[in-house]
Amino acid sequence: MDPIRTIRSRTVVIPSTNIDTDQLMPARFLTTTTREGLGQHLFADWRYDASGQPVADFPLNQPEAQGCQILVAGRNIGCGSSREHAPWGLYDYGFRAVISNEIADIFRNNSLKNGLVPVVVDDATHAWLLAHPGAEITVDLEARTLTLPDGASVPFPIESFARYCLLNGVDETGYLLSKIPAIEAYEARVGA
Amino acid sequence: MSATTLFEKIWRAHEVVAETADTPAILYIDLHLTHEVTSPQAYSMLRERGLPVRRTDRTLATMDHSTPTDADQLFGRIPIKLESAAKQVTQLEKNCAEFGVELFAVGSPNRGIVHVIGPELGATQPGKTIVCGDSHTSTHGAFGALAFGIGTTEVGHVLATQCLLQRKPKTLAVNVEGELPAGVTAKDLVLAIIRQLGVSGGTGSVIEYRGSTIRALSMDERMTVCNMSIEAGARAGLIAPDETTFAYLKDRPRAPQGADWDAAVARWRALVTDDGAVFDREIHIDATTLSPMITYGTHPGMSVAIDESIPSDGDAVYHKALAYMGLTPGQSMLGHPVQYVFLGSCTNGRLSDLEAAASLLEGRTVAPGVQFLVVPGSDAIKRAAEAKGLDRIFKAAGADWREAGCSMCLGMNGDLVSKGATCVSTSNRNFEGRQGVGSRTLLASPATAVAAAVTGRVTDARHLV
Repeated sequence: MDPIRTIRSRTVVIPSTNIDTDQLMPARFLTTTTREGLGQHLFADWRYDASGQPVADFPLNQPEAQGCQILVAGRNIGCGSSREHAPWGLYDYGFRAVISNEIADIFRNNSLKNGLVPVVVDDATHAWLLAHPGAEITVDLEARTLTLPDGASVPFPIESFARYCLLNGVDETGYLLSKIPAIEAYEARVGA
Repeated sequence: MSATTLFEKIWRAHEVVAETADTPAILYIDLHLTHEVTSPQAYSMLRERGLPVRRTDRTLATMDHSTPTDADQLFGRIPIKLESAAKQVTQLEKNCAEFGVELFAVGSPNRGIVHVIGPELGATQPGKTIVCGDSHTSTHGAFGALAFGIGTTEVGHVLATQCLLQRKPKTLAVNVEGELPAGVTAKDLVLAIIRQLGVSGGTGSVIEYRGSTIRALSMDERMTVCNMSIEAGARAGLIAPDETTFAYLKDRPRAPQGADWDAAVARWRALVTDDGAVFDREIHIDATTLSPMITYGTHPGMSVAIDESIPSDGDAVYHKALAYMGLTPGQSMLGHPVQYVFLGSCTNGRLSDLEAAASLLEGRTVAPGVQFLVVPGSDAIKRAAEAKGLDRIFKAAGADWREAGCSMCLGMNGDLVSKGATCVSTSNRNFEGRQGVGSRTLLASPATAVAAAVTGRVTDARHLV
């Protein structure tokens, strides 16, 4: 995984609350056996109409949304199914950070493992971001801050080990494999 | 030692390495359940790194999400219509053969929905840590196991190391007291709990369901409750094991046998929250005030008592949901037309659910214009239901009796609700498009599902004439 330090981008805002992973990646696209190419299906049922044409007023279909790396979403994005296809789709589409004032547990975990930074901000900052689509902001993973266009800096929490892995391009599987002696000792101790 | 919660006891017993400020805990996993949808990329990772499955004896695989429920397709008499689904099933067979993982493939008498077969086999046991690449893994918490859903990267972690990196969650006690009124089921109870907690009320927490109401529930009912913990945002829901749990597990093929059984039960009896243990948060529910519940919106927290009007006003999300559902603010759900009914899923696809539905359906017929799909949760449940003649009741009424699988809960296998149609479903999610593009889902109990099937409308099963 490539190290991530800062993400500077304009935002795309999808203000709906409780955007579940079925919306991010509908079930009919889960029959894939690889991780690649899911960006084209991201938000498929909100993004395209029944004939496959882009829905004119959907945020991702606006010209100014092209190339944006930061998604600002309503409260509790990522609820529902554990499908990792949701963060795979967001990443493949080009997003590198998702911001909300609440992010569902499994989706947040899955995002951290795929180079997609989940950023939980306070309600006031969230409200400002929702009201200002296209704002140019910076997510600084090293400093754990979000910098707004006026230069104001807002802190956000992020699990320390996941942050370390993202900053250094460390892969968690490798870390766990390095702990095999401790795992063997545990198995011997409990008779597992 | 100070008083501790059930969750804390299971967590501590599985810490390979405790968490620190800089590193999460390394948590040992006793049982890893896998299926065809969320495992292919994890097996690819093993192949790329040249790794084996570390503990094949702690890994089980089944196929449920994308498998057809139509017998001709399932048993290969005609090709599986969805080519991508067929490919995924074949890939799982290949992966399990290559890595030596036990697979309940099509034709196995043990095949079924992953969260139905674990308990059925007795593989789900008190005190275990159980994970699966599926959010409804919370179901297994009904046995006093710490069970939660994970993503595919984590499926790879468990395959490779039998461990996960985890931060310790918070604890949330849901205390339910009193007797459920007649006609009010475990499904109604959990919908009421989610309504009170909200769809993110449990985020970051493990729920322990407690109180006299919970103690009085059967194992099937406890599984229904724990299953939907994730719909309140909680990754896991726990119920302390008791005599009901032990009676369910005794003599199941993968449960301890003989002297091992007695030793296991003695250990399991200690799996309770100690008096005086403190939860991070508690809520209280009076079961005696509950009614049959039905959802009206596009997440499981948007529900009402079946004879209650839906809210007359709400925020933008509320209005968007109602527009999607084709409902009017303030209307009654009773009498709302229904075109599909789905009985099944890891929430309500067990034998007792089918029995409850069949007893209500017997002597009645499915209303014109309604498609009623009945999908047992496992092959074993299908056989048991057929031995009791339940299939004949469903078929005589005009319902469609299918092979086991996840089916119309998420429509991955092609069992779909058509655009704009309304489905009363015993499953767990009413998200936009969950049962097919443009589908409208009303979550409810098996009884409410049958009442809708025979009347073609949302109907209070207590008043079914």
